[in-house]
Amino acid sequence: MRTLGSGDIIYIIMAVRWTLLLSLVAFLGGALGGVLVALARTGEYKWLRVASAGYIKVFQGTPLLMQLFLAFFVPGLFGWSVDPWMAAALGLSLHASAFLGEIWRGALEVVPRGQWEAATSLGLRYWPKMVLVLAPQAVRIAIPPTIGFLVQLIKGTSLASIIGFVELTRAAQIINNATFRPFTIFALVALMYYVICRPLSAYSKRMEQKLLVAAR
Amino acid sequence: MAAIASPEAEIGAPIIEMRKVDKFYGDFHVLRDIDLTVSRGERIVICGPSGSGKSTLIRCLNQLEEHQKGEIVIDGTTVHARLKGIEDIRREIGMVFQSFNLFPHLTALENCTLAPMKVRGTPKAEAEATARKILERVHIPEQAHKYPVQLSGGQQQRVAIARSLCMNPKIMLFDEPTSALDPEMVSEVLDTMVELAESGMTMICVTHEMGFARKVADRVIFMDAGEIVEMAPPDQFFSAPQSERTRKFLGQILHHA
Repeated sequence: MRTLGSGDIIYIIMAVRWTLLLSLVAFLGGALGGVLVALARTGEYKWLRVASAGYIKVFQGTPLLMQLFLAFFVPGLFGWSVDPWMAAALGLSLHASAFLGEIWRGALEVVPRGQWEAATSLGLRYWPKMVLVLAPQAVRIAIPPTIGFLVQLIKGTSLASIIGFVELTRAAQIINNATFRPFTIFALVALMYYVICRPLSAYSKRMEQKLLVAAR
Repeated sequence: MAAIASPEAEIGAPIIEMRKVDKFYGDFHVLRDIDLTVSRGERIVICGPSGSGKSTLIRCLNQLEEHQKGEIVIDGTTVHARLKGIEDIRREIGMVFQSFNLFPHLTALENCTLAPMKVRGTPKAEAEATARKILERVHIPEQAHKYPVQLSGGQQQRVAIARSLCMNPKIMLFDEPTSALDPEMVSEVLDTMVELAESGMTMICVTHEMGFARKVADRVIFMDAGEIVEMAPPDQFFSAPQSERTRKFLGQILHHA
């Protein structure tokens, strides 16, 4: 055992970039998948609605940790080797796709049906109707819960430490194993998550309040 | 592309034909054996108690609702919801809703230019010029840059009429356009509709505004329980209704008028 030095602290603080990068990739992947899931869920093809609903159920009904394990181990069964970074990015993206898809489906469905009818009766086809009429109205509704989920996702990246991806939490574990100063180290890590997440939560709250006022 | 007859087709030729149309919501028989032919330039008013199927009837014309049996022919094209190119039919049929359904994130002008630009491919400048002209025609040119939430109900409904007219439709459908309005705003919308009727537009209006029906309708239709019970020119419809159900209904709605 050695003492906790400033180099260790810097090592931990620098690891936050992997947490942020993983969050960003998972969020972008999840946004892409989430759009597809939301469209499939609200679309006119029954098999797509059923399939996307099943996808959401599976990912909402199982722990993120299991999803990450599966993302890490299953590709190996088919002979594809994935490193912890790829597995974490894949697992978190699939996870985020389900949750964002469900949030955005809800937002699309809150847009009054009359909007869809008016756009349809004007002769607009599916994509212009979606992009120009429905989505702009859904986005406003979707922003607060989307940011709320982003906070969950950022905290969720800490589970990637278990499949060996060195982000903030894993870096802290490594240093703690060598120095055994758990209180100092994990308090520091918690503080760092808090500093990242708190402003997002506050922003989400504020947007929500704004929507409430606008809805009056 | 669905075939649309040329706009200069003769006045008086049928533009809408419904033959033996039936529609169900599950077990509920909403439309029963509807036969209706509407000629180009004709103005029809449909009235009837709520749940009689009158809104459903006009919503079948642009296939916002699917019918299950029978045939609907719009300007020579048989329509159904799975029809490829149904959008080409819909854009020729303007529709005005009870609850306006303006796009809240767009200004009055943008509401009017969206479909011409995206559906017809009209250049922006031209679409805006047309929209301004039509907003003038419905007497609200000064509201062009306001958002729907900044407008009164009557103004919103006139923007909605303008939005439909900007597509230069062949047919206009009105689904209880004044029912959601405060009483003092009803007449401004009805005046706009009367002017439109006088311009020769083919119109089908679901409304209980019997003064409007008397003034502009070529035929008035009374529906009850999914059926067309009575159909007659207004003077005959109001002075000598044939059916007991029509008499009863007229008695109820004209009682306070």
